[in-house]
Amino acid sequence: MRRFLVWGLVLPFVLYNLTFVIFPLFTVLYQSLFPIDAEYNVSSSATLANFKVAFSAATMEVMWRSARYALTTTAACMLLGYPLAYYIAVYGGRLRNQLLILVVLPFWTSYLIRTFAWTTLLQKEGVVNHLLLSLHLIRQPLQMLNTEFSVILGLTYGFLPFATLPIYVSLENQDRSLVEAAHDLGATPFQAFWKVVFPLSLPGVISASLITFVPAMGDFVSAEILGSPETTMIGNLIQQQFLALFNWPMGSALSLVLMLLMVTSMALYVAFAGDRDA
Amino acid sequence: MWPSRVIEMREEKPGPIWLRLYALTVYLFLYTPILVLILFSFNKSRRNSSWGGFTTSWYATLWHNESLMRALANSLKVACLATLISTVIGTMAALALSRYQFRGRETVGSLAYLPMMVPEIVMGIALLTFFIKMGIQLSIVSVILAHVAFSVGYVTVTVRTRLAGLAGNLEEAAADLGATPMETFWLVTFPRILPGIMSGALLAFTLSFDDFVITFFTAGIGATTLPLKIYSMLKFGVTPEVNAISTIMLAFTVCLLALWSRLESDPKSLGR
Repeated sequence: MRRFLVWGLVLPFVLYNLTFVIFPLFTVLYQSLFPIDAEYNVSSSATLANFKVAFSAATMEVMWRSARYALTTTAACMLLGYPLAYYIAVYGGRLRNQLLILVVLPFWTSYLIRTFAWTTLLQKEGVVNHLLLSLHLIRQPLQMLNTEFSVILGLTYGFLPFATLPIYVSLENQDRSLVEAAHDLGATPFQAFWKVVFPLSLPGVISASLITFVPAMGDFVSAEILGSPETTMIGNLIQQQFLALFNWPMGSALSLVLMLLMVTSMALYVAFAGDRDA
Repeated sequence: MWPSRVIEMREEKPGPIWLRLYALTVYLFLYTPILVLILFSFNKSRRNSSWGGFTTSWYATLWHNESLMRALANSLKVACLATLISTVIGTMAALALSRYQFRGRETVGSLAYLPMMVPEIVMGIALLTFFIKMGIQLSIVSVILAHVAFSVGYVTVTVRTRLAGLAGNLEEAAADLGATPMETFWLVTFPRILPGIMSGALLAFTLSFDDFVITFFTAGIGATTLPLKIYSMLKFGVTPEVNAISTIMLAFTVCLLALWSRLESDPKSLGR
């Protein structure tokens, strides 16, 4: 009876994921093995030719650039998001929900628009340059748009609300009397935070960094709107293969290499963070 | 009575000044671009670098933009249906995962993280390939199916996180007092996990309404959502209209979230 209930609850979820996540990923794998030639003829036998291109030095350079941007973005999101989540969870008091909503609110506007909004601020005649010039902090307007800086800024801005939520949830669920106990046992506020609060919030930090790193690594919107050809990310390459060059098998191979690199680095990260937790 | 009062008073402390300043700075970072965007939606000048005076004419043009209105309707349709489906499926899975021990539990649990592990663009091209290979026409249905695929895991994880913070004692007590599993669920479990379900649903709606990448790959003709429409508008550089429509979207959001915060601050649904 109980087993029946459990599987009844779980089955729709499992079936949906099998049909619309796992199976489609296998169709991508299958497709990547059959390259097309210049006349769009599909190869009749399976080869790894597409993966040779995907692992070539030129593609790998783009891959590492994407990883670097994503890592920087994740670090920035943690640095900005953790203190914010901590402030809301511990000192938010009655306004806690409202403060949290203020964090999530920007997330509700289109990611595209929020990315595009930065062009108004960052352009040569933009708001930031105006401000810096009038404060005499700079003599010449800075080139901020179409640089690594603007792409990473766009990514950080895009994913910060999302990174803050899991950290907040893990902090909010904590039993505050543990901190009282630490204080009673003679811990300084910093010790109480570092030895009690922070380790307990690690699951939140881990899911927050996953939730940031994954979309940042595969993103193409920020690089498309705020970047330049020198800031091309792997997402831009995949999009080109699918929608501009119509080489779906090549795009599939690139996607799989991206996933392989990501899953590997994520597994290492979770294993490492899990060890520290235990 | 006394100890809990003391703790309550401590929780009301405003916090160290540096932390308050830091939080304020992060809020400024989050809101400056949005405020500038709203400001420039009232800009008479078409250029988004100089202020040409105040106007509301860009808003008036929106209502006569039929394709934009159609995109808005599509977006709402997709987000509502995708949220409904993923919240039901995700909550069911989260309940099983956090309340019962069963074989394959770990595997099912990690399945929830799979769409998060897969970058959006890969999900997009995978679903595109899948739909085409299976002969499923790209339409609003394919967009909804795709949106559920990426949001259901988020719902599961959110609800499960909320459930993990609640002890199962109350359910046991209810069962001991003779409640049937159904009664226990609707009278004890459900009210306590409702905030979790609501925030899961909110997350799903957010993800769906905001989604550009997966929709970009899975939408057919006639299934253009608001982000897709805005993207094509950006390509032509129609800035003031884009600013105006996003300002409206923001206002819409504020209303929804105000409703949500009411639900959340209801002491009965707080679950603590």
